[in-house]
Amino acid sequence: MLETHGLTANYGQFRALFGVDITVAAGECVAIIGANGAGKSTLMRSIAGVIRNAAAMVVHRGEPIGALSSAEIMKRGIAMVPEGRRLFASLTVEENLLIGGQARKAPGPWSLDAVYQLFPVLRERRKSPGTALSGGQQQMVAIGRALMSNPELLLCDEISLGLAPVVIRDIYAALPKIREGGAAIVVVEQDIGKALAVADRVYCMMEGRVTLVSKAAEVTRRQIHAAYFGEAA
Amino acid sequence: MIWLDTLVQGILLGGLYALFAAGLSLVFGIMRLVNLAHGDLIVLAAYLVLMGVTLLGLSPWVAALVAMPLMFALGWLLQAAVLNRVLGKDILPPLLVTFGLSVALQNGLLEAFSADSRRIPAGTLEGASLDLGQVTVGVMPLMTFASAIAAIVALNGLFYHTALGRAFRATSDDAVTAGLMGIEPKQVFAVATGIAMVVVTLAALYLGMRANFDPSIGPARLIYAFEAVIIGGLGSLWGTLAGGIIIGVAQTAGAAVNPEWQILAGHIAFLTVMLLKPRGLFPRAVD
Repeated sequence: MLETHGLTANYGQFRALFGVDITVAAGECVAIIGANGAGKSTLMRSIAGVIRNAAAMVVHRGEPIGALSSAEIMKRGIAMVPEGRRLFASLTVEENLLIGGQARKAPGPWSLDAVYQLFPVLRERRKSPGTALSGGQQQMVAIGRALMSNPELLLCDEISLGLAPVVIRDIYAALPKIREGGAAIVVVEQDIGKALAVADRVYCMMEGRVTLVSKAAEVTRRQIHAAYFGEAA
Repeated sequence: MIWLDTLVQGILLGGLYALFAAGLSLVFGIMRLVNLAHGDLIVLAAYLVLMGVTLLGLSPWVAALVAMPLMFALGWLLQAAVLNRVLGKDILPPLLVTFGLSVALQNGLLEAFSADSRRIPAGTLEGASLDLGQVTVGVMPLMTFASAIAAIVALNGLFYHTALGRAFRATSDDAVTAGLMGIEPKQVFAVATGIAMVVVTLAALYLGMRANFDPSIGPARLIYAFEAVIIGGLGSLWGTLAGGIIIGVAQTAGAAVNPEWQILAGHIAFLTVMLLKPRGLFPRAVD
């Protein structure tokens, strides 16, 4: 459903991605792991259109989308939970959720009620300003907001970053339910154990390149160690 | 009783200033753009309404209704074709562009309409007044004030109770993340400037019916609008009304003491508020 072909990305003079090739099949869950600065978030931002590329570098359902704006890519069914949650400070929790679905009206399992069922605490806090919530609740809003457009691909960028372990467990418990709704998921994660537990396949990145592709169930600690740190397996 | 009368007249004058300022406040609140041509756009809209009245024989109200979509389109085009190109981290390019636009508009209006003072004829409404016992108020100032309230209620409703308003606020908070929600910030900005120009047309209608205008008066209207927005707290629409009222009351009070002090008193009130509350009376929490 989604492929990148020789994806490169730059921040000014600095090149952050060097020809990254990944594929995501419909309904699949893919984990992207790697150390800080490996290029994982840049890869997410490139797919989502926050960083624009040559059109052919990102292909969605056979169509080149690499040069489209993030808004156009979102309307094609690729939603993102950005790193750091990035809730809108002037909007209430409910408004933050509603805005996720107002530009793309696609049929699917996700609605305001469905998101409240997934994260019941949000219903109680729906009138609060989004940024008045705890970090974990804000992450739930960020995920719910992305689900509101009924995406076929959900990009989750560092959804456990800065959260307490018990909160991370709750957030990750939601991912299988999201998959049941039919969406494919790409999880960028530094917590390798969490990532492997939910993913079908795993990509490991280092210094802007993919160093390992494997089925999550088959990958060994040794392989990950080698791909993570660039040592011979 | 003269002070009560002064206070009432000042509050009503504040309605006109709030109308001048509401569009400026809206645009600043959403895209942090200071449009230095705002006053000249008010004058342009006043000439549009005047043309509707004199050339087409329309009543001023109908002429304003005709001018509103034209001004919306002009605002949309201005934002989409010009201002969106210069919006960014650096605040200087939009200031320079809108300053240039202001000069061009003044000269264009001068060429088209000459430097003669003009007025939009309002018929019997011009001199109509209501006797409220201790004070007498003009119907026109009262209508201006009511229109300012209506405009601010409508803008607030749009801002806080519609999907478009959500998009406005989200884009104002974080344009990159708004993009991830399928919102094109530049389109949102164009619609916002279009709406600001509709409010500008309403302001122009009352400006033109209440007093004479000519192509050179735009910058002074901009200053009043600016002061109202800053007194109120950047981006707060009700604050903008409060700011307009403070300037209006200060001006009429100054004029009651000595007619030469009218304008100065408004500026002194502005400076006093800035001294005591540098962020304005009702600053937005997220600014």
